[in-house]
Amino acid sequence: MTDLTRMTATDLAGLVAAGETSAVEVTRAHLDRIAAVDDRVHAFLHVDTEGALAAARAVDERRAAGEELGPLAGVPVAVKDVLTTKGVPTTVGSKILEGWRPPYDATIVQRLRAAGTVMLGKTNMDEFAMGSSTEYSAYGPTHNPWDTDRIPGGSGGGSAAALAAYEAPLAIGSDTGGSIRQPGAVTGTVGAKPTYGGTSRYGLVAFSSSLDTPGPCARTVLDAALLHQVIGGHDPRDSTSIPQPVPDVVAAARQGATGDLTGVKLGIVKEFTGEGAEPGVMAAFRDAVDTLAKLGAEIVEVSCPHFRYALPAYYLIAPSECSSNLARFDGVRFGLRVGDDGNRSLEEVMSLTREAGFGAEVKRRIMVGTYALSSGYYDAYYGQAQKVRTLITRDFTTAFEQVDALISPTTPFVAFPIGARTADPYQMYLADLFTIPTNLYGGPGISVPCGLSEGLPVGLQVMAPTMADDRMYRVAAALESVVGTFTPPAL
Amino acid sequence: MAAISREEVAHLARLSRLAVTEEELDTFAGQLDVILQSVAQVGEVTAADIPPTSHSVPLTNVLREDVVVPGLTPQEALSGAPDVAEQRFRVPRILDEDVAS
Amino acid sequence: MTTTLPAYDEVVARYEPVIGLETHVELGTNTKMFCGCPTDFGGEPNTRVCPVCLGLPGSLPVANKAAIEATIRIGLALNCSIADWCRFARKNYFYPDMPKDFQISQYDEPLCADGYLDVEVGGELVRIGIERVHLEEDTGKTLHVGGATGRIHGATESLVDYNRAGIPLVEIVTRPVPGTGALAPEVAKAYVTELRDVLRSLGVSDVRMEEGSLRCDVNTSLNLPGEEWGTRTETKNVNSLRSVERAVRSEILRQASVLDAGGRITQETRHFHEDTGDTTPGRSKETATDYRYFPEPDLVPLAPDTAWVAELKAALPELPRLHRRRLQEQWGLSDLDMQSVLNAGAVELIEATVAAGTTPAAARKWWLGELSRRANETGVELADIGATPAQVAELQGLVDAGKLNDKLARTVLEGVVDGEGSPTEIMTNRGLEVVSDTGALTAAVDEAIAANPGIADKIRSGKVAAAGALVGAVMKATRGQADAKTLRDLILERLGVQG
Ligand SMILES: [Mg+2]
Ligand SMILES: [Zn+2]
Repeated sequence: MTDLTRMTATDLAGLVAAGETSAVEVTRAHLDRIAAVDDRVHAFLHVDTEGALAAARAVDERRAAGEELGPLAGVPVAVKDVLTTKGVPTTVGSKILEGWRPPYDATIVQRLRAAGTVMLGKTNMDEFAMGSSTEYSAYGPTHNPWDTDRIPGGSGGGSAAALAAYEAPLAIGSDTGGSIRQPGAVTGTVGAKPTYGGTSRYGLVAFSSSLDTPGPCARTVLDAALLHQVIGGHDPRDSTSIPQPVPDVVAAARQGATGDLTGVKLGIVKEFTGEGAEPGVMAAFRDAVDTLAKLGAEIVEVSCPHFRYALPAYYLIAPSECSSNLARFDGVRFGLRVGDDGNRSLEEVMSLTREAGFGAEVKRRIMVGTYALSSGYYDAYYGQAQKVRTLITRDFTTAFEQVDALISPTTPFVAFPIGARTADPYQMYLADLFTIPTNLYGGPGISVPCGLSEGLPVGLQVMAPTMADDRMYRVAAALESVVGTFTPPAL
Repeated sequence: MAAISREEVAHLARLSRLAVTEEELDTFAGQLDVILQSVAQVGEVTAADIPPTSHSVPLTNVLREDVVVPGLTPQEALSGAPDVAEQRFRVPRILDEDVAS
Repeated sequence: MTTTLPAYDEVVARYEPVIGLETHVELGTNTKMFCGCPTDFGGEPNTRVCPVCLGLPGSLPVANKAAIEATIRIGLALNCSIADWCRFARKNYFYPDMPKDFQISQYDEPLCADGYLDVEVGGELVRIGIERVHLEEDTGKTLHVGGATGRIHGATESLVDYNRAGIPLVEIVTRPVPGTGALAPEVAKAYVTELRDVLRSLGVSDVRMEEGSLRCDVNTSLNLPGEEWGTRTETKNVNSLRSVERAVRSEILRQASVLDAGGRITQETRHFHEDTGDTTPGRSKETATDYRYFPEPDLVPLAPDTAWVAELKAALPELPRLHRRRLQEQWGLSDLDMQSVLNAGAVELIEATVAAGTTPAAARKWWLGELSRRANETGVELADIGATPAQVAELQGLVDAGKLNDKLARTVLEGVVDGEGSPTEIMTNRGLEVVSDTGALTAAVDEAIAANPGIADKIRSGKVAAAGALVGAVMKATRGQADAKTLRDLILERLGVQG
């Protein structure tokens, strides 16, 4: 029999629906795979064996009862530990939430359950999604299945590595500055950041509220689109959720898979010169551009003059919001408490708790954000960054008057060795150079594998206008139809 | 010129309720200096007449009807608490008087 | 250290006070500001909470439409302009009664701004400028354990209940009010009273100061005539109308004594103590935290369109001051009489009694007479006395129908207040109806004449005034259930004397 862990979500759902395999068998196969390889990958922080098997049995029973099943019923999914899961540990990769079992499910988790997908467990991440390598997880790094001495990207390295290591066919990530797309690129998988407001943030432990966007991760574009369709759409519990139906991303992925991009106009951002990017990455990107042109796409250069300020603006806005969002981790209502010896005051205990519970990167960002919001600095830092955000949005708007979508490399470099960039925090920030503008604008972006550089995956990013998520799926699927999917060496 | 001094880091840490160590003060002062000098680039943009963007979705008036929905039981509410007494969240003594609304 | 405070009149002759008031009102919505938890008062601790109002990681706020509308209505009633676009902001500070360690409030973009409220003090109209009306969320409640009298100082630990956390709170801030001189404390009290009446007439809050649904902070400063305004202090915890007046007065006296001694006023918050009537220092502004306000990213902007605001404006009730003016005219009262009605807190009661079918004069007589007396004796609010306007109207109906005389009516009213039932029930159950059966009365009169031959003779001899003694005797025999006039006529008739 074929190895169930090597199949696409689309095919697995088809087999389950046809009764050729059961959801329990599919789930067991993935749990076995996790047991076999995760000590080397460390994609998971928590594997919910019993919960997964119970969910799988429920799907099998529904099928046996003749119920109509959804397009992903019986398919396992790994969930980034940033989403709350009722009764299942949720740590956000932080010591401060060690052992916390939320009393409620995130909207996306509810939708995953309702769709009959099977949650395998919670995946590793940079603490509070702050990082680009998953090295800042309080529970140790995740290893890239392509080379376990290298990083899997971040912050959603656990979800991407789980896909690349065949531990799960689908995963959920969250993207604040590139945390879905960048891990997708460096693990040779597909990661999509939906339009901000297109997927619910209810139950997503906030890092930067105006940027955080949960989204799908998969090994194929169509699988990502199917997952996007299941988790997306309006949620009245999130005030920033857009009250419109999800664009038909599945149809767009199918259309793209025909390999025809006639009539599609793609823009290359002039200001993304390749400076600071590895030559191998730029070479793979140029090859992909040629491929897209061969598929019929018209390629033009567009100017986005303010993109060069995206990184500094992001590293003001995100820390500012995080300094406020992370205030609630004070040891009063949930999570860690340190130093409560009966003598210390609450203020001392709060400070000791936060000092012990947060890692260095989180503390740095909280302090940068506190600084940027302080009276006297607000206008020059936070206020100015919000204006830059307006200018970047205008750059996108102008660009999308000329082209249907923008393309770029997803990351400036392939997976780097673990430890290579931790000494200099700002060097780490550069990993998100190409992905951040989209977050500031709020539009969708996808990373799809486009080739290899020095034997490691390179991703191509497609950026589309807000609520035109379908466009990026079409382009990504077209590229995939030519370059195919990428399989890492055996673990 | 350094953007930030060791003393300023100590002040930020206190505002952020972080009991940072002496050693961390040195490390953070250096790192925050690099970060803040880099992000200060946003100041190069002349944007006097540019409105700030706080939200990227063009929505307004997202409101909820005034209807009660079930919440948590006290057991659920207190389930994650580090310390509980009399069905309340117990905290060590508070030094500051209420800052109030 | 004891300081001798100067005399109030002497102080306000030398210094000019400037006052300002910040009032927080809990709205009477069904649910909290940003979640669907109920807002009812009381309840076991932590029973009205959810992930949102507990600030659990991942939870998000969604604004309550009824609270937004109530705030706009308050703004309109206070003659404010309503913002056509505004945002919520986060006010960041660590405190355990604030679940998220920030409060969702409004900062430089309040929903309502630039209004006024006219209040009457000593027959004069004083216009109080309203700077802003904005919406925010209330905090939880902290119980301090281990110290004396539940105070924070000396406590060894605290216990937090989040039932109140997230209840919509409207903050109403006045502009500084100069020029009220010696009347400053009274103006402050009159403003809060009028504001309370406005809020009550809008039906947006139960405005009960004793339950904390209306809370006041009072700003006070003093300056010498012709000089700039002085440094102000902010007195917190002023939780009754009487305290508003006392707090201003006490702070004027305290500041004057500091200034007289050559000292300077520190900008600080002070705490008012209900028991002693004085204030003690809290945090000084120098140590105040930087709240690091920024637009709340989890909530999208509010943009009330003109149609929505117009609709809310059209549905506003008549405001209390105009309403009172109209009633005064309808009831034909002098300013003085109206003032005594106001002082007794009887306007709405009389209005409702009249609406139930009684003349204004009769309604006023009962509420300001018998019922006010009882309320004073027992120390309850007139509205809580136990008699309803409908019952008072019913009582007066019985009097008008001749079934009760004045004295009997008072007895019946006592019964109503004591919860014995409706006036008719009490009259019937206790057999208090006026005896209108002439046969029975005649028998009683004849009996009294027979028992008092001397008096009867006097009357027969023309000393008609002596009939009073016989009236008394018959009244005693019939337990007061006769009409005195009827009785007197009957006695004279039986004795064959012309009245
Ligand atoms: Mg306030
Ligand atoms: Zn709630």
